[in-house]
Amino acid sequence: MRETGVCIGVDGMIKKRDVAIISAATTRCGEQWDKGIKDLAWEAGVKAVEEAGISGKDIEYLVVGNMSGGMFVGQEHIGALVADFLGLNPIPSLRVEGACASGGIAFFQGYLAVASGLYDIVAVGGVEKMTDVEQEQATTALSGAMDFEWEAYFGATFPGIYALMARRYMHEYGLKRESLAKVAVKNHYHGSMNPLAHFRNRITVEEALNAPMVADPLGKYDCCPISDGAALVILAPLEIAKKYTDTPIIVKSSVMASDTLSLLRRRDICTLDATVNAAEKAFKLAHLERSQVDVIEVHDCFTIAEILAIEDLGFVKKGEGWKLYEEGETYVGGRLPVNTDGGLKASGHPVGATGVKQIVELVKQLRGEAEKGRQVDNAEVGLAHNVGGSGATAVVTILSRG
Amino acid sequence: MAPPAHWRRAKERYRLLGSKCENCGSIYFPPTKVCPKCRRKGKMVQTEFSGRGKVFSYTIIHAAPKTFEKYTPYILALVELEEGPKVLSQLVDCRPEEVKIGMEVEACFRKLFEQDDEGIISYGFKFRPIDDSWRNKQSQN
Amino acid sequence: MKVGIVGYGAYVPKYRISVEEIARVWGQDAGSIKSGLDVIEKSVPSLDEDTATLAVEAAKNAFKRAKNVRASDIGAVYVGSESHPYAVKPTAVTVAEALGITPHVTAADLEFACKAATAGIQACMGLVRAGYIRYGMSVGSDTAQSAPGDALEYTASAGAAAYIIGGENLVAEIEGTYSYTQDVPDFWRRECAPYPRHGGRFTGEPAYFEHVIKSSKGLMERLGTKPSDYKYVVFHMPNGKFPLRAAKVLGFTIEQVNPGLVVEKIGNTYSGSSLLGLAAILDIAKAGERILLTSYGSGAGSDSFSIIVTDLIEERRGLAPPVKYYVERKEYVDYAVYARNRCLYRG
Repeated sequence: MRETGVCIGVDGMIKKRDVAIISAATTRCGEQWDKGIKDLAWEAGVKAVEEAGISGKDIEYLVVGNMSGGMFVGQEHIGALVADFLGLNPIPSLRVEGACASGGIAFFQGYLAVASGLYDIVAVGGVEKMTDVEQEQATTALSGAMDFEWEAYFGATFPGIYALMARRYMHEYGLKRESLAKVAVKNHYHGSMNPLAHFRNRITVEEALNAPMVADPLGKYDCCPISDGAALVILAPLEIAKKYTDTPIIVKSSVMASDTLSLLRRRDICTLDATVNAAEKAFKLAHLERSQVDVIEVHDCFTIAEILAIEDLGFVKKGEGWKLYEEGETYVGGRLPVNTDGGLKASGHPVGATGVKQIVELVKQLRGEAEKGRQVDNAEVGLAHNVGGSGATAVVTILSRG
Repeated sequence: MAPPAHWRRAKERYRLLGSKCENCGSIYFPPTKVCPKCRRKGKMVQTEFSGRGKVFSYTIIHAAPKTFEKYTPYILALVELEEGPKVLSQLVDCRPEEVKIGMEVEACFRKLFEQDDEGIISYGFKFRPIDDSWRNKQSQN
Repeated sequence: MKVGIVGYGAYVPKYRISVEEIARVWGQDAGSIKSGLDVIEKSVPSLDEDTATLAVEAAKNAFKRAKNVRASDIGAVYVGSESHPYAVKPTAVTVAEALGITPHVTAADLEFACKAATAGIQACMGLVRAGYIRYGMSVGSDTAQSAPGDALEYTASAGAAAYIIGGENLVAEIEGTYSYTQDVPDFWRRECAPYPRHGGRFTGEPAYFEHVIKSSKGLMERLGTKPSDYKYVVFHMPNGKFPLRAAKVLGFTIEQVNPGLVVEKIGNTYSGSSLLGLAAILDIAKAGERILLTSYGSGAGSDSFSIIVTDLIEERRGLAPPVKYYVERKEYVDYAVYARNRCLYRG
């Protein structure tokens, strides 16, 4: 049992502890007809616990990201539900929600719990079961990430909101649909090598351009799928982490920022200020430069979102992100490998799990354990970027090899 | 949704009302209770927009939630009002291929959706292209 | 005390379907239908338009012309229609709310087939004259129903006209009104029935002509006027033929009828019909000119009005789009789109 509650330094100030990830696991993403929300959470949990070689009894605290259990499966009270199913009762267990950033927020919360010294072994999960409802109902549930009264009420859809950003971006920076298609082509290519991805087929620019429109200029291949899935990582203070694993992955920083829920009052609809703010702080806290990052997992709920992300994270100037795709620089082997697991587009987007799933992919990359063809050579620093809604929430987490 | 959720915002949706800070003169949409600039010093009052503005961005919605499904494909436009704030609604009396960024539009009154055959009908502002051709014709007469 | 029109406004949806297109679907001869009705196309509302939205658009135009009248000056709002969106819950409150007229106002929906809004004008005249209100508004608005394949389908259309009635700042004075009403089952729609039924040719002589002619005559007798005292005359327009025949019987010329005959290219806008005709005349009439208006509502009754245009019309009519603009502004739809917009198919 722990002896101290909070780490107090010699100056009496609360001292932040170094936090590491000792294990990380995801389920396959996709239409998993035979699995309910409990089954998914259980599968990811068991995988992570086995990998860490710890006993469930060692886990002191559980945080679960879940966007809309209520609307997707008629189930709320997800925190206790997952703790129950993982056999973790009576530990405190909490469900957090920030739309599609729910998983990222769960990680941020778990990180705070360990860094603050309040808990040593913390499990951070994310789970979403999305295919138990009709597509329209899923669309309605996802619409909840927008401002209901002034966006959804007037017929806005989630792809529609990103389409408004895309259209404006095209107008201001000369982006063409072909470049958007290249984002999807790249993500499908990476996803084809990921055995847990929702889609493992490769696509061509022509296929993407000829697919049916969802919200012009965004077609079917510009949008991520509706997936079932779960992910879970286990955090520990760095010193303790070394007991469990030879390859602890250090959390250099995890930062969350917020912005207006609706697009109407954004400073610039082609910039996600929450991402900009979270990234600035994350790099500052991590004492790292953009150039030191080897691999990034960004929130590509739509192809345009990936382009905005690499700009807002500061890897490329505003208005020029799409040019990297013209040059193939975002593939594994390129200057800035983006979404090596296939991203939300190909690996899937079980909304509440996505933020945690991104962390799992980075852990894999930093340990050098990704499948052949999608492993970034000698990756030492990785960044995960998880967005809620059209940018009202952003979480940026920077990890490094121990 | 029960009636109060529609009713609460009906005036603002019917007439395109926003908020104005009497302290600094800033105008906001959606209506808000606090002036982000003046904070506690601000005094917010209701203000009615002219309804005129320009298309700032747009999309054509092909896949919509059930309540809007029968209207697809429809144009969703982010409109920059002449007073400054932006609003989001559908653009009607306009073909998808006609809409352009910068297009001048004005507010009109339309049905937003019906809950079902027997449910409440929600009305509110939408936009349509401004057509001032009749003014010229009249002055020629 | 004078009473009359302070502002008027029109609205017709943008879409049209041609008689040819409807006849094509039902395998009928478009040529004989067109010549029989003197109608070549009719307006079609969008899927998101209904009687309330049409009424609001027309009322907004009426306010533009009633320049200095504030919304809060309106003491009564009546919406006449036979296609109110709700069976119970007034269209008039939606219109009043959308124009900022609420809450110090009396409001009600009226139904008397195609003449409910002229009854609304009479109600406003009474309230204004009695000094209960300063201004009142009556709107005739319809998205008229017709069963697929029924003869009505060639003409039943959508449109609205709004009138602000008061005792000052008049663009036209109403010098008298007269009504003629009897119980005649020429056309009806039962509660919960989606489409009206009608008595075919029975809608003519004992219904439309009996009431339009007797009401017009009654008014002229009361005022001591004769057809030649009027520059213009407008009757309810179920088609292009009926008004001309009524005019002929009463002794009016084609020239007096034509300017207000707005049925050929927009169809029968029901509660909007005769009031859109009047609006088209106000769009061109000169000060001092006299207009006879007679509405008709199945069931059956007519309201007649004798109207004299004032000087103020010149500066006011240019403040909102004329009827001609709405008639000419159009985009054709085929029967499939029409069926979709009118929800003719039920899943």
